[in-house]
Amino acid sequence: MASTAQHRLAYGLLSPTLVLMILSGVIPFALVIYFSLHDTFAGEHYIWVGTTWYEQVLGSTEFHAALLRSLGFSILALAIQLPLGIYIALKLPVQGLLSKLYIIIFAIPLLMPVIVVGYIWKFLVLPKIGLLSEFIALLGWNYDLNDPVVVWITLILMDTWHWTSLVVLLCFAGLRTIPDAYYQAAAIDGAGRWAIFRHIQLPKLRLVLLIAGLLRFMDSFIIYTEAYVLARGGPGVSTNFLSLELIQTATIQFDLGEGGAMAVIYATIVVVVAWLFFSRIIPSQSMKSQEGT
Amino acid sequence: MNQKFSIVPVFYLAFLLIPLYWLLTMSFKPMKELAGQLTLYPKSPTLDHYQVIFSDSSWYLGYLNATVYVLMNVAICLVAAIPAAYAFSRIRFFGSRSLFFSLLAFRMMSPAILLIPIVQIFSDLNLIDTYIAVALAHCFFNLPIAIWILEGFISSVPAELDELARIDGYNLATYFRKILLPEIAPGIAVAAFFCFLFSWTEVILSNALTTIDVKPIGAIMSRVSSVFTANVPILSAAGVLTLIPGILIVILVRRHLTRGFSMGRVD
Repeated sequence: MASTAQHRLAYGLLSPTLVLMILSGVIPFALVIYFSLHDTFAGEHYIWVGTTWYEQVLGSTEFHAALLRSLGFSILALAIQLPLGIYIALKLPVQGLLSKLYIIIFAIPLLMPVIVVGYIWKFLVLPKIGLLSEFIALLGWNYDLNDPVVVWITLILMDTWHWTSLVVLLCFAGLRTIPDAYYQAAAIDGAGRWAIFRHIQLPKLRLVLLIAGLLRFMDSFIIYTEAYVLARGGPGVSTNFLSLELIQTATIQFDLGEGGAMAVIYATIVVVVAWLFFSRIIPSQSMKSQEGT
Repeated sequence: MNQKFSIVPVFYLAFLLIPLYWLLTMSFKPMKELAGQLTLYPKSPTLDHYQVIFSDSSWYLGYLNATVYVLMNVAICLVAAIPAAYAFSRIRFFGSRSLFFSLLAFRMMSPAILLIPIVQIFSDLNLIDTYIAVALAHCFFNLPIAIWILEGFISSVPAELDELARIDGYNLATYFRKILLPEIAPGIAVAAFFCFLFSWTEVILSNALTTIDVKPIGAIMSRVSSVFTANVPILSAAGVLTLIPGILIVILVRRHLTRGFSMGRVD
């Protein structure tokens, strides 16, 4: 274990980071916890109310519904984007100009401001002049943004458009670390395509899939701007995800206690899921990054 | 891996490009073309919408404002992240794993969770509608990203270099300047670009922390959205312009994209 001098050095090197994280993250989160345990009138006086807000939030059907919608959205996003991303990565040319070109273009949606992503998809489904809505009309269906199913499909399609490339890029990098000798050995054994995937490629993708899974779960779980631009939580409340519900409660109704309790529960889910992935991405014996399996 | 030509990536490419094409098309369509039928390309393309953005300060200042606080955020993050990443990579100290995890947890935190207290803190500090407020607020997710990315790069520099430097009588500051920083220069670029990106694309906090003088482009775009169809072309043009930093990043750090996106975990 490290000496006192090393500890002093480590914490010295970390001090700017700690100051910034305390200011921008720790204090705000402590305040959220404080709000969640108090009642207030116009943010003037705070009265201790214990777990009242938590009971209210945990018992509220709106919160349950928003939580289920967010979880459902994340699970759908993962179920579509992970397999699709792996499949596309497997089909990419390994090297050459074409390979480079694909990677560059695939990355573009990942680098776009979320608000622009929202607008693009809103413009694609504009009545009469939207490309997607008119294309669907051409096929004989009615594209109706008042139908929750249609809005959900559009949001999932938008998220898949926005983020599948992340899975593709990570899997492509993971696949490149497999030595050719593995494939040659598999060919000698007469292994089929599925056997190669199952026993050679998939094990090598373990780490990248964990990272892709973590990032995709989190970013879809906290989706706000794109969903808001496209549907504003509607029709009705059918796409009112957790972030939308939270921002509405905290900023529009200015209900600090209820919003605080909601935020703490939300953050707890985020931390637990992050921990599940973290303990697998970085095993406890090492702090160093691990490549492959 | 598959060596034969496959059609699958071509389909995916089309799926990605069609919506981008649509944004581009919309930005060149004159208003009257939106009143009638669907047109697949601008029948009489116009640069009017871009001209409005470049001549109206309430539009173009949005880009400048965003650029200023984003660059401030990148500078702050790099200065703090480089020594921190070194500590995580090289020193075994009490709490390193928990701290490293806490950083990840903050990266995953939705801005929605911290929105209200962050606005309160910066308004108590009298910093609402200043660049530094947004630059500091964005640290809670960007600093972890920078540290994780740089930790990955520093860990791939052989630790023997540290030893050699010590034998040569370098102190830590000289070692950083003469050996470590040149070694991890690509890592610093990747961290800088990705901090730039995530700060540039964030809209919830940057909107809430600004009122008039330093409104960034994202917030301006969300404000005009209420008056709808009339704004489609100008929003498209504004959207196209916001893509420039992202496209530059792809071209400049193409070889390290996966490192940036995986927070330094995948080479």
